[in-house]
Amino acid sequence: MELLIFYPLAGFCVLMGLGVIISSSPINSALSLIAMMMGLAGVFVLQQAHFLAILQIIVYAGAIMVLFMFVIMLLNLKSAEEDTWSIRPQNTYVSVLTGFLALGALYKIACVISQAKLDSPAAVPDDFGTVVRVGTTLFTDFVLPFEVASILLLAAMVGAVVLAKNKID
Amino acid sequence: MEHIPAPAIDFISLAPALILSVFGMLVLLMDLFAGKNKNLLVFASLVGLVLAGVSAFAPKALPVVSFGGSYVVDHLSVFFTLIFVFSSALTILLSIEYNPRNGIRAGEYYALILFCTVGMILLASATDLIMIFLGIEVVSICLYVLAGIKRGDVKSNEAALKYFLLGAFATGFLVYGMTLLYGATGTTKLAGIAEVIHSGQTNSDTLLLLGTVLLIIGFGFKVASVPFHMWAPDVYEGAPSPVTAFMAVGPKAAALVAFYRVFATAIPEIGTTWDTLLMVVAVATMVIGNFGAIVQTNIKRLLAYSSISHVGYLLIAIIARNSLGGSAIAYYMMAYAFMIFGTFGIVILLGEKNSENLEIKNYAGLGVKQPAIALCMTVFMLSLGGMPPFAGFIAKFYIFGAAIKEGYVVLVVIAVLNSVVSLYYYLKIVVLMYMKDSERELELSMGPITLAVVAIAVFGTIEMGLFPDPILQLTQ
Repeated sequence: MELLIFYPLAGFCVLMGLGVIISSSPINSALSLIAMMMGLAGVFVLQQAHFLAILQIIVYAGAIMVLFMFVIMLLNLKSAEEDTWSIRPQNTYVSVLTGFLALGALYKIACVISQAKLDSPAAVPDDFGTVVRVGTTLFTDFVLPFEVASILLLAAMVGAVVLAKNKID
Repeated sequence: MEHIPAPAIDFISLAPALILSVFGMLVLLMDLFAGKNKNLLVFASLVGLVLAGVSAFAPKALPVVSFGGSYVVDHLSVFFTLIFVFSSALTILLSIEYNPRNGIRAGEYYALILFCTVGMILLASATDLIMIFLGIEVVSICLYVLAGIKRGDVKSNEAALKYFLLGAFATGFLVYGMTLLYGATGTTKLAGIAEVIHSGQTNSDTLLLLGTVLLIIGFGFKVASVPFHMWAPDVYEGAPSPVTAFMAVGPKAAALVAFYRVFATAIPEIGTTWDTLLMVVAVATMVIGNFGAIVQTNIKRLLAYSSISHVGYLLIAIIARNSLGGSAIAYYMMAYAFMIFGTFGIVILLGEKNSENLEIKNYAGLGVKQPAIALCMTVFMLSLGGMPPFAGFIAKFYIFGAAIKEGYVVLVVIAVLNSVVSLYYYLKIVVLMYMKDSERELELSMGPITLAVVAIAVFGTIEMGLFPDPILQLTQ
């Protein structure tokens, strides 16, 4: 039963992920990314991580991606429609070869993962994925990574401002 | 309502990172009021770095393990903290005179260097995959921006963009590798991973192996090893010279120590499966780095390729996966810091307002016109080539010693042959300085602070070569 929901969801995510790279206009790419996030949230729900699923939708699909869309539309709506950006590989043979190699590696990974003797789902505790549990984990075991992430975001923000501000002083 | 128990946090062992974070934010705030004069920011940054360096010695008994085994302060991390603080301080000193001349006036420059140092310190102590990932990201994001901080310069822009795109791609590999490792062992703690592998209870050995390969790709990019080195020459050339020196020492050392920790403490037991792969990477890195350097005509590109070849030697210490290897990396990076900051100090000294004089042929005649500077340059070049009695020789000696102890004799022979090749291009510069003459006036464009950095570097290079023991003892 679980697999019956999982495979369509996973397939949807992969398709939308492909859509992000293949589509010719940035708007379509961003929309595909939002759809992909939604699909991913569905996978989280399937894994009993309801709170994470909601966060995924609110934070990524909701806030970040909408901001993305605004930026794209405000900046270059016109050029986005006119120029279709195509990627031309400089050396077709090498690209095709590496593509096949990557495909082979992916196939191998898929084979291995499908055969791995993973723990049965029963190992998951009752309160897994609840707000209390996520909060407790975040503020006890992962309090250092949590705080470091704030330094990371600060540095990224400062960096973005330095590189993007209009006036070069 | 359930209360979350407050975790016990050992603030003393975290002090260097905490102090630098605070000073980083302080510098950002001070920039608002400092106006055009950036000396105050420089001063505050240097104070922060000195305080962080002193506080690294604060823990009484090492090692201190905190955050449930995801953060360890041991002799290795304390020593690396010193390398980071030292290299950041030298970067800031080199920038004092360089930045105004080259149109870098952003005060955020100093804050970003401090934040980058925080990332490096955390990386040296991280023993959890999540912490390692966050540390690498903090370091990388600061570097992307620092590489492109010369906003009017096309090459600097190119460097930043190229570094960012390739870096983000490489991070993808790194994270994927980490997830596979987590999937195979069920834990992100390095000690936990080692334990699971030791007890033979991994979910899948192939997953473990795939994760390892992806980690080699991710780390390989961050330390610029072949075949993931393509970004290095362009980024090193385009970034402002002090930042290039910084990138070649601090962040590289940080990535290497994380690389070492993952491979030597988490997955040494499956070492026979990954050491062949890493050996191929190490040999390719040495060979392509050295032969690539021979054909370069730009000094910064030459140093970029030379720095790639040095990573090849350092990878040998990771392959050896013993504690000797860890302290050999630490010693090497300290020696390398002196050599690189000295060399870049001279590169900056010879630059002019309109041209940075980065072609190697610009160094012709330096031996006659600026004998003292030429002598310093000779010391750095010989040391980079691994000649006694300089620091570079002892550093290579320890690396090779660690590898021979584990029986990797062929690898060491290849490395020694490569050092001989490297002497060719290092000596080429020396020959050019003393044997050729130029009509151009060679004047030193910088003031006393840059000269002082060069002097410190010369002292360090010779001192570490003649008296290696005190420094080596610090690393163990």
